[in-house]
Amino acid sequence: MSDISMFWTAVCIVVLAAFTGYVVISRVPVILHTPLMSGSNFIHGIILIGAMVALGLATTLEQQVIGFIAVVLGAANVTGGYVITERILQMFDPGRKRPGKEA
Amino acid sequence: MFDLSLVIDPVYIATIIIFIIGLQRMSHPLTARSGIVWAGAAMLIATLVTFLTPALSNFALIALGIVIGGGFGYFAAKRVAMTDMPQMVAIYNGMGGGAAAGVAAVHLLGPTHFATASLAVVGGLIGAVSFSGSIIAFLKLQGWIRPRPITFPGQQIVNMAVLALAVISGILVLFQPSWSPLTYTASLWLFFLLSLAFGILMALPIGGADMPVVISLFNALTGLAVGLDGFSFATPNYAMVIAGIIVGAAGSLLTVMMARAMNRSVRNILFGAFGASEETGVEIQGSMKAIEADDVAVMLAYAEKVIIVPGYGMAVAQAQQKVKELMDQLESKGVLVKFGIHPVAGRMPGHMNVLLAEAGIPYDHLFDRDEINPEFQGTDVVLVIGANDVVNPAAHRQGSPLYGMPILDVEQAKNVIVLKRGQGKGFAGIENDLFYRDNTRMLYGDAKETLGTVVQAVKKL
Repeated sequence: MSDISMFWTAVCIVVLAAFTGYVVISRVPVILHTPLMSGSNFIHGIILIGAMVALGLATTLEQQVIGFIAVVLGAANVTGGYVITERILQMFDPGRKRPGKEA
Repeated sequence: MFDLSLVIDPVYIATIIIFIIGLQRMSHPLTARSGIVWAGAAMLIATLVTFLTPALSNFALIALGIVIGGGFGYFAAKRVAMTDMPQMVAIYNGMGGGAAAGVAAVHLLGPTHFATASLAVVGGLIGAVSFSGSIIAFLKLQGWIRPRPITFPGQQIVNMAVLALAVISGILVLFQPSWSPLTYTASLWLFFLLSLAFGILMALPIGGADMPVVISLFNALTGLAVGLDGFSFATPNYAMVIAGIIVGAAGSLLTVMMARAMNRSVRNILFGAFGASEETGVEIQGSMKAIEADDVAVMLAYAEKVIIVPGYGMAVAQAQQKVKELMDQLESKGVLVKFGIHPVAGRMPGHMNVLLAEAGIPYDHLFDRDEINPEFQGTDVVLVIGANDVVNPAAHRQGSPLYGMPILDVEQAKNVIVLKRGQGKGFAGIENDLFYRDNTRMLYGDAKETLGTVVQAVKKL
């Protein structure tokens, strides 16, 4: 592909992705704002795969050090974001046992 | 042999589709839980196939980094109390931003094209700002630095100057003009240092009560940085681009929605240094009148209708379980109990609902501001537990810093009982004249202990 058509493909993908993000979030009840913020926080943890490639292709020591830090941070973003979101959403599980219900 | 790396792109595409489905499911209370599980599975598979990337080396380092970072993230998130959730979201978001800045830096340290380098510079700037800004947000919410706005004269000029210098050094990185006194690497480091400094300066003047909106903004920024970073590879990583941009767009919308729930604009939050200025010239009439727990128990037990308004103070005191016990006791005596939840009660929208749900209080007892406000007039007793700014009638008075924020109109009830630790002000630092009204009584003490006493007293009646 030529550079210019690559450019327009990229623009197209970015516009469609932005639109998708907008549509998915609009008309969400207030009670789900927190879990959604936490959930989208988890999703940008995809930076981990970028960090893995950056470190995996690093050639200089400088690149390796920064790439390693990026992998550590990205991995923490992924697992922390997941656990937090999961813990919040557990409260919304309809099948969940309610503590003290019989009290 | 079959080239395993051919599976990478299809898996990435599947990951994106599952992410979108996951977010979609997270937007409805009933399916929300399954949404994150789907997204988590997709992330795991995407991470695994990334190891198949051609020409990848440093495998041991990658694995070590994942174990260290992943282990830390996992255990810290497991151990943190639900009340501390907002700052945990902030710190993990900051880490994502830091990783994005790191990926951009690695790219800029290698051979680049002008197009990918310029995207990496923008992504690096945004990621670094989100990184240092989120750390400040974390420190403020954790109480390790003063949560009130930190201001100094000429602050906005200084902030803008630092941002401008960061942009200029970014331009130096890109064009490496012959007149520049700096080497390429020197301008690169300068660029990242200035970006980090701007993130700190940007978060310092923001008050604790506005932090959720700012966390959401940094969340959107990290998403954008991740999306831009997706272009800094030999072939664009569209999984990163799409996931990042989706979070950027969704996060921006979420930020605006949160700000709107507080009747503030994002601009006002970022540049207003809310709560730094004090309202002057308003004298509050009357005095605060204390009440004992036993009297509160009598008032509650013989009421027809009670509305409980919980705030962050309840969460800090870990009094949710006692609130649930009180609700059970009152209901067994035939009292109608409802909960009035302000959209920004707690530290994040929906935070209070989560905390009450954790204690086992059913959803159909929780009502949001617009549903509950017309009901206060016919209510015998309103019990305000550790809430302050969201019930401050000053929001109806022009000139007050709170003016215009939609509040819960609890002062219209026949009796208002305010549970409070002491006589201090709320997060916004504004005097609350609700406490001085004739129909208001103050019940001082730790919310958990005091409620325990009230519950015991109600039981004996």
